[in-house]
This record gives sequence, C-alpha cells and structure tokens, in this order.
Amino acid sequence: MEATVAKTGTEGKTWGGGNRPLNASYGKMMMWFFIVSDALTFSGFIAAYGFSRFKFIDAWPIADEVFTHVPFLHGVPAPMYYVAFMTLVLIFSSVTMVLAVDAGHKMQKNKVIWYMFFTIIGGAIFVGSQAWEWATFIKGDYGAVETNGGKIIQFLDTEGKRVALRDFAVHIPSERSTHERKNGVWYDVEPETQTTFNFEEVKAGFLANDNLLIRTQYLDEHGEPTVLNREESVAKLVKDGKLVVEGANLKHNEYGHPLFADFFFFITGFHGFHVFSGVMINIIIFFNVIIGTYERRGSYEMVEKVGLYWHFVDLVWVFVFTFFYLV
Amino acid sequence: MAHEHKLEIFRGLWKFKSNVSKIWGVFFFLCAVTAVEVVLGIIKPEVLTGNRFLAMKWLNWIFIILTLVKAYYITWDFMHMRDEKSSLRRSVVWTAVFLICYLILILLIEGDYIYEVYKNNHVKFNF
Repeated sequence: MEATVAKTGTEGKTWGGGNRPLNASYGKMMMWFFIVSDALTFSGFIAAYGFSRFKFIDAWPIADEVFTHVPFLHGVPAPMYYVAFMTLVLIFSSVTMVLAVDAGHKMQKNKVIWYMFFTIIGGAIFVGSQAWEWATFIKGDYGAVETNGGKIIQFLDTEGKRVALRDFAVHIPSERSTHERKNGVWYDVEPETQTTFNFEEVKAGFLANDNLLIRTQYLDEHGEPTVLNREESVAKLVKDGKLVVEGANLKHNEYGHPLFADFFFFITGFHGFHVFSGVMINIIIFFNVIIGTYERRGSYEMVEKVGLYWHFVDLVWVFVFTFFYLV
Repeated sequence: MAHEHKLEIFRGLWKFKSNVSKIWGVFFFLCAVTAVEVVLGIIKPEVLTGNRFLAMKWLNWIFIILTLVKAYYITWDFMHMRDEKSSLRRSVVWTAVFLICYLILILLIEGDYIYEVYKNNHVKFNF
C-alpha cells in the first residue's frame, strides 16, 4: 500500500489535506457557497432596479404613497407600518431560529422543537403578509389614466387630495359585444384587462367636475409629483389620455412607471419564494428533530445549516425593505 | 467553532453572560434600528431630505448605512460569522462586497447616463 501513495511533501501543513483549514464542515461550506452566489443574484436584481430608477429618476413612484394599506384598517392611510411589521416578524423568526441553533449545540431537543416551530409560524405570517400586499397592489386604489406616451396621470381635488375614479366617473351606457368567429380571427381577444370604467366615462366625469386637477408622473424640485392647473389638466386629459388603469400588472401600473410594478413583483416575488422554500425546509428539519434523527446522529448541525439559509432570507429582506420602501 | 461564542458586541462595549442573552441583545438592537428607519421614513425631516451629500439625500445615506449596520449584525451574530475563522469570513464577505460594489457602480452610472440622454436629446420615452 505504502508504495502507491504519492507523498506531496505538504503533510501536516494547513492546506496539506486531512485537515479543515476553514474549520467548517463540508455542508456548512456548501451553504456559504450557495449564500454568496444567491446574494449576488439578489444584488443583480436590486442593482437592476437601481438602474431603472436612475434612468427615470424624475418620474419614479414614491413608495410610501403606494404602500399605504394595513389589513382591517380600510381607508386609513398608514404608510410603512405594515412593512415594518413584516420586517419585525422576519427578524423575530430569525431570533427563534438562532435560539434553536443554540439549543441544538446544547442537545436540548425540546427547546429546538419549540424554537423551530415559532420560526415556521413567523415565516408563514411573513409569506401571508406578502401575498396580501401583492393582492392590494394588484387591485389598486384610486385608479389612473395612461396617456398615449405611456405615462400615468392621477386625479386630485383642489385641496391636493387624491380622488378615486369611482368618485367622479360618469356612467355612459355602452354595449360590450361578444366576439364571434364569423367576425374575424378567433384568437383576437380583448387586449387589455377590463376596467370598471372606460376612458370616455372618466373624461366626461372629469370635464363635469371643475374642482378636479391632474397630477403627472414627473417630480418637481421638492420631489413631489407635478400638479397641473385646471386648464392644463383639461388639455392634458383630452389630448393625451388613452386608457384607464386600475391597480398594477406587468404592463400597466396606476401608481406610475410600469417598471416599478415589474420590479416589485419580480424582487419581492423571488424573495417570497425564498421564504416559502425556507419554511418548507424548516418543516422538514422540524420533523427530523421530532423523530430524533439529530439526537441519534449526536449533532444538530443540520439545524445550523438551515438556520444559515433562514438568516440569509432575513438579510435579503433588510435590503429589499430599504431599497423598495425607504430610499 | 461549535461551542465557543464571542460574547460581546460593539467592540466589547456591550458584553453578555451567555449566547442566548447575546441573541436577545442583538434582536433589540435590530428592532431599534428598524424603528429609527420607519420613523424617519414616515416623518421625512426637511433637513435630511433637502440637503445632499455626494449627490444623495442625507436621509438616503442614513437608510443605507443603517441597512448595512443591520446586515452586519445579522451576519456576524445570527449567522455566527463572528465565531468563524477569519479566512472563511474574508472569503465570503470580501468576494460579495467587491462584486456588489462593482455591479452597483456600473449600473447606476449607466442608468444616470441614459437619464441624461432622455432629458437632453430627442429620444422618446419608449421602454
């Protein structure tokens, strides 16, 4: 046997083999590899968001005018409170996770079980909140009109308060006929999502109410959207208005630039997917702890590895929170 | 590392008796930082939004710095970076920091350039 082993002359050195130079097990090293690469993926997304925002820096929606809702408080404007709550839930579930890791080091099985349980509950609350926030964002609030150039115009009263389309649009009876095969190509369906009002109804309502003004997407020198006076507003709506937008989807966004909605869906969606998979992995580890797998293995390192992933999800949220909601 | 933890944060200013109490200490610190961010985000003091430092509002500097502070404590105390070997710590942190800084620099300069093109030239708002 001795004859076939090549000596490298590095035996006993740090990197000579048979040693753990970084003092971390294989599994933990691989988790760090994954975290670094995933961190770069998320930075790519957030930097792309920054790119688009810098490109349209004078016409970007203001986040705390967009996310003003809290569940069960309908109609009460409360910017940021709900995301702050979500952030705290996620940080708290990180704490229970790190407590589970700590209990695992001390081989306290029951404590690990309970802390893992609270972590899973926290993750579930977070994913649920995110789903609610998506639903609110998609449904929209006040409604807006999109111009021929793809810009958004929103409506205000003379005191500067936002006015919803439903409060002034008139009802003009119109017929929505069914498309039939004999009338043309069968796949030529209605191109856009149907809105409650069409553009003509909004225009008629706007012209009938003298106290309504228009706010454009462009920010003035104070960082507030520019408000036009009545004559300019009428001219703008009649000349440029094209389409009613309610809520947000990947093509239209009543809050402002459609890219804002695209990035919102993409980045929070990708993060939410990470939270969801984190919850799933946590559940698997949770049951493994209950049936005593790690007790028999003599080490709770698996809890530590899944904990690393869970903290990473929290870490990403800290950045998403800053760049989507604060800055 | 497994069983030894460094039990002090803020460079030794705040010492803890056990790892569990350190975790709660870090938690309260993170909550406090988040609370400061949210309060500033809601009231938006005129002094901080009106004045700029290196082309960015003071408020945004504060938000970004506080975010990095939070990221540091999450990585160092929750992910136990504080207890890892410095070689592991450096290879993870500096790789990410270097690549991310480079990416941000390139993309933001490019975004600003395109903004100027839209603003000063006759190019339509098209994508």
